[in-house]
Amino acid sequence: MRRYSEAIWILVGMFPVVPAWAQEQQRQPPPEFRSGYALPPLNAPMPRAEVFTVVDLLVLLAVLSLTAWFLLGARSRAGVRVLAVFSLLYFGFYRLGCVCSIGAVQNVALALVEPGYVLPWSVGLFFLLPLVFALFFGRVFCAAACPLGALQDLVLIRSRRLPAFLEQGLSLIPYLYLGAGLLMAATGTSFLFCQYDPFVGFFRFGGPATVMAFGAALLLLSTVVGRPFCRFLCPYGVLLRACSGVARWRVRIAPSACVQCHLCADACPFGAIRPVTPNADLEPRPVGRRRLAVLILLLPLLVIGFSALGHLASPALARQNRVIALAERVWLEEQGQLWQTTEASEGFWNSGRPPAELYREALAVRRRFGIGATLLGGWFGLVVGGRLILLAMRRRRTEYEADPGACLSCARCYAACPVRGEVSISLPHRVTGETGVTWSR
Amino acid sequence: MADKGGLKSRREFLAEGARTAGLIAASMAAGSLVTRRAEATVWQIDPLKCIQCGRCATACVLTPSAVKCLHAHVSCGYCRLCFGLFRDQRSGNETTAENNRCPTDAIRRAFVEDPYFEMTIDEDLCIGCARCVKGCNAFGNGSLFLQIRQDLCARCNQCAIALACPVGAVERVPVSQPYRMKTEVRR
Repeated sequence: MRRYSEAIWILVGMFPVVPAWAQEQQRQPPPEFRSGYALPPLNAPMPRAEVFTVVDLLVLLAVLSLTAWFLLGARSRAGVRVLAVFSLLYFGFYRLGCVCSIGAVQNVALALVEPGYVLPWSVGLFFLLPLVFALFFGRVFCAAACPLGALQDLVLIRSRRLPAFLEQGLSLIPYLYLGAGLLMAATGTSFLFCQYDPFVGFFRFGGPATVMAFGAALLLLSTVVGRPFCRFLCPYGVLLRACSGVARWRVRIAPSACVQCHLCADACPFGAIRPVTPNADLEPRPVGRRRLAVLILLLPLLVIGFSALGHLASPALARQNRVIALAERVWLEEQGQLWQTTEASEGFWNSGRPPAELYREALAVRRRFGIGATLLGGWFGLVVGGRLILLAMRRRRTEYEADPGACLSCARCYAACPVRGEVSISLPHRVTGETGVTWSR
Repeated sequence: MADKGGLKSRREFLAEGARTAGLIAASMAAGSLVTRRAEATVWQIDPLKCIQCGRCATACVLTPSAVKCLHAHVSCGYCRLCFGLFRDQRSGNETTAENNRCPTDAIRRAFVEDPYFEMTIDEDLCIGCARCVKGCNAFGNGSLFLQIRQDLCARCNQCAIALACPVGAVERVPVSQPYRMKTEVRR
């Protein structure tokens, strides 16, 4: 049998690009072997067995339960630290940071909007478990189960308190980041939280240079500012904060035992312990009331205004999506406005798909962006307006309070509290703790 | 509880309500997750969409990339002068470096019977650059193709290659069918 591959080599120079139809052809008919040659098998190593996903979930459950017990029962900061190191090693360096509860938010968003994507049960449970724990025990996930939190917590040397305006301003970012990430996930564009995860590159010893540099800078910052990612970026923290706000058992400072020494507030690197408000410098009531009324009236205006902005920005946002960018390119090429093809458009033309089909798909995505970006804008307005209202509502505190949403359950305040011995706390059904800072309802 | 005053008990009551509602919602969601039992997904390349741009070798978070070249021998033409192995411009028919398309010399050539040679890919050397795939697709039978090796893949929730791919050839596939092989029967 004569092989004609030599002849085809001559044609190589003549046809630099071979159309798709030619790729389907069997140019060299596979031979009939006379020597009894057997085709080698196609090597297809399987992914890690699904059993190990169950192991991951059980590990998460165990870490969450143990953390809750270390905080609630044993009151041990050391125990929490050990668990945090374990999570850093297991979920971080061993499991390479995927799949995590923070990223799972996007899978949930995509599954809710895109009928073609069904949420894998394991990912769904990764999303749910920390939230359910937060409903009852506060943010125990942040305390020890999250490898990103553990990494920052371990490098924290000496925390400095940020100025109030900076803290307030930066703490808005997670809400905005959550909104933006949900929009990009629900439109099938990309998973922002995973793409820009600052620390996952450390677990894999490699990643995009810009993200790695950002991660290194953030880690450096973590030595003097308590957990900057958790407080000022983490989108999952927004959900945990909401759940933790109604937690049944969480850090509470017993008013009857508290000597108001401020040591716990100093010990908290995350500014989660709210001190007693000074009585003197409160402004007259009518002024505050008028400001609050103005802000409440401003809220709907902010929501509407930002929604409109979001709607206007939706075409620009939509261009981030691969389908839309491709459709625009193909349209311009089809209209003859562009002569050169890109890799993407050339791939599309070679696939033989009719452009109309691509345009239909792109329009569906664009519609989703239109709704999503408007909602995102509204969410921005709500977050900003809501924060302004909260700032205007000056509540007078006569006792030290641990903010249930901001508390990351690190247990540093336990050791800082100078009140020892039996302490009576405000409600009868939780047994007394050793110090003034206790977990109770 | 009653002597705590109206505000505190009302707040406790609302928190209790929110907790109960949250727990019910979570258990309903967990129930639907468990009953549907949707499979986990992994990332895989659709070889029919792949344009052999070479980004698989560089975009992957792993070094070397989890993408490897596979060879469907069933559709291979067993060319003596393999288009995957040899460079377009070459000085002769020897598999020396200057004639070799593969930058890491991962293609092994073994004599089968006259005039047929068997090409196999040494996956330990392969970096997934797709140069051989491009050659084979352009002028041969297209029996070489890229796949994500599932035992190497880190299973990122957002595949970096999927973001870099200009034609969207990297897709989520169910974990029970983790490959998209080019194993069409002989035509």
